[in-house]
Amino acid sequence: MGALFDKLNNDVRFVEGINGCINCGTCTAICPAAEVYDYEPRSIVNMVQTRDDSIIEGLLKSDTIWYCGECMSCKTRCPRNNAPGLVVQALRGLSIEKGYFIESEKGRQQLSLKRMLGNSILETGYCVHFDHTELSMFPELGPVWQWVRDNREKVLAKVGANYKGDGPGAMRNIAKENLDELEKIFEVTGGIDWFDKIENNSAKKAEEMNLDIGEKTSKSSTYFRHVYTYNTPNKHNRK
Amino acid sequence: MKKEGKKKIWSEYQKEIADDKFYFVRSCIRQTFFPGSDTAYLKILRDVLGKDVYEDPNHTTCTGIAYHTEVVPFSTIQTVVARNFALMRENGYENYTPSCVTSFGIYSEILDTWHHFPEEKQRTRDYLRKATGREFEEPANLVHTSDVIYKFRNEIAAKAKYRLVNKETGEPLKVVDHIGCHYSKMFPSKGVGGAEYPQVLAGLVETFGGEVIDYPERRHCCGFGFRQYFVQANRGYSISASKKKFASMEPYKPDLIITNCPGCNYFMDRWQYALEEMEGKTYGANGEGIPVLSYEEVAGIVLGFDPWKMGLQMHQTDIEPLLKKIGVEYNPDDKYKGPNGEDLGLPKGLKFIKD
Repeated sequence: MGALFDKLNNDVRFVEGINGCINCGTCTAICPAAEVYDYEPRSIVNMVQTRDDSIIEGLLKSDTIWYCGECMSCKTRCPRNNAPGLVVQALRGLSIEKGYFIESEKGRQQLSLKRMLGNSILETGYCVHFDHTELSMFPELGPVWQWVRDNREKVLAKVGANYKGDGPGAMRNIAKENLDELEKIFEVTGGIDWFDKIENNSAKKAEEMNLDIGEKTSKSSTYFRHVYTYNTPNKHNRK
Repeated sequence: MKKEGKKKIWSEYQKEIADDKFYFVRSCIRQTFFPGSDTAYLKILRDVLGKDVYEDPNHTTCTGIAYHTEVVPFSTIQTVVARNFALMRENGYENYTPSCVTSFGIYSEILDTWHHFPEEKQRTRDYLRKATGREFEEPANLVHTSDVIYKFRNEIAAKAKYRLVNKETGEPLKVVDHIGCHYSKMFPSKGVGGAEYPQVLAGLVETFGGEVIDYPERRHCCGFGFRQYFVQANRGYSISASKKKFASMEPYKPDLIITNCPGCNYFMDRWQYALEEMEGKTYGANGEGIPVLSYEEVAGIVLGFDPWKMGLQMHQTDIEPLLKKIGVEYNPDDKYKGPNGEDLGLPKGLKFIKD
C-alpha cells in the first residue's frame, strides 16, 4: 500500500464508497457521464483497487476523475453496495490537497468554480445569488430571465421575495454576523486553506501557460475565461 | 385508482413525515430562480393548512453545490450543516425541512456519516464550538418540503379549486414526474417509495386527478452534474442528459413536467429553451414547450393561487398552455406587470411563446 492509497483510506467517503468491486460494469451502464465522456466509473474503482500509488497518482492528475456529475445513480444500482461517486469525491479531494488538479484540463476548471461558488458563499451566504446570474455567463437563462433582471425590484417584490431586505425571505440580505460565522467556520475547518490551494496552484499554472490569473474575485482574467470555456477538440468525448 | 403489482409495493413504502412545527430552510437555486414557489409553499402550509413553519433569517446555504463541485471540503460542509441544526434547536424546533434536494441529500449523507463514524460528529462539534460557540443536536425529523406537500395531498385536494384534468375533454392531464437524484438515489429508505418507484410526486399528481406517465428515461438525471453545468465548457453533458429525457417522454405527449428539485426544475425549463434555439426543436404539442413546475407550484395552481404571484411568469418555458387546459381563471394581461399593475414591458426576443 502506498502513501496516496493510505490518504484515500483516511477519507470516510472512500471507506463507505468501496466494499470490493466485482467489475460488473453496472455503474457504467447507468452513468450519465459515461454517455458523453470517455469515462467509465468501473475503471476508476478497478484502478483504485490495485492500491498502486503510481496508478492512483496518474488518476489524480487526469481528466478522468473530473467527468463524474456526482448524481450518485451508481450508488443505487451497485450490487455490492459500492458508490463510485463517493470514490470520485475522495479522489478529487486528494487531487486538490496535493495540487495535482492543475495537471488536467478539467481539473483546472476548479479555479472558476471556486470564484463563482466559493466566493459567493462568503459574500452572500449562498452558493448562487441573483446578482451573479448574468446571461453572459449563463446564456441559456434566456430572455425571460433578462426581463426579470431588468425589472428585479418590482418582479421579485410581486412574487413575495425579500431581495436584499432584512428579516426572512427569498434572497434576503444575510447579516454580517452570520457571514462572519461562516467565514470563521471556513477558517477552522480548512475551507479557507482549500480555497488558497485552488488559487495558489492555479496561479502557478497560469504563469506556466502565460495567462493572467487576475484578482481572486476576477471572472474575466484570461486564465479564468480559458478554464471556464475551453475544451481541447475531440479530447473528452466518448469515442 | 386501483394499484397493483410494483405500484402497490412501492406505494406502501412510506417514511415518517412530521405533522407540524417545521423549521424551513431556503435553497440557493429555488430562492434565486423560483422565489415565488417558496412563497406558494409557505402560503399552503401556513394559510391553507394552518401549520407552524418557522424561517430563521440567520440560516445560510448548506454549501452543497460547492461541496459537490469540490470547492468546499467535507469537514467544512459538516460544520455549516451543524450550525443550521444548532439554529433550529435554538429556535425551539426539531423538524428540519430543506427546500432543496441537494441539501436534503447533504443532510441525509451527513447524518448517515455521523451514525457510522462518530468521530466525524465529534470533530464537527469541536469545530462548531470553536468557530461559533454553538452546540447542535440532530433533527428529530428530516424531510424534504416535497414530502410535506405529499403528506398533506389529500387535505390540499379537498380544498382545491381545480383538478389536473383537461377542461375540454375531461381527460386526466398526462404528467411526467421528475425526482431529483439526491432525493432517493443515495439513501432510498429516505424517499417516499424508495429509489425504484418514488411516490412523492406521482402520489400528488394522482391525488390531484392527473395521470402519471411511465417512460423509458424516467429516472435518468436531468444533467445538472454540478461542475458539468457551472463550467460553461462542460454544459454539453448537462443539455445532453435533459435532451435524452425530452426525446424519451415526447411520444407520450405530456402536458406537464413536475419536479421536486430546484435544479431539475431549472434544467428541464431552460434546456428546452436552449434546444429550441440550437435545433429549432420543441417537445410539447403545437410547437410549444412542455411546462415545468414544482410540486408547490402545481399545488398552488389547483388551489387557485394567482399564477403571477407564484412567479410562474419567471419560467422560460411558457406555462400558459397548462393553465388553459385546466381552465384556470387568470389574467393574462397581468403576467408581465409589476406588483401595482405597472407596465414592465415584455421580455425581448421571445420565440417560445405562441399566443
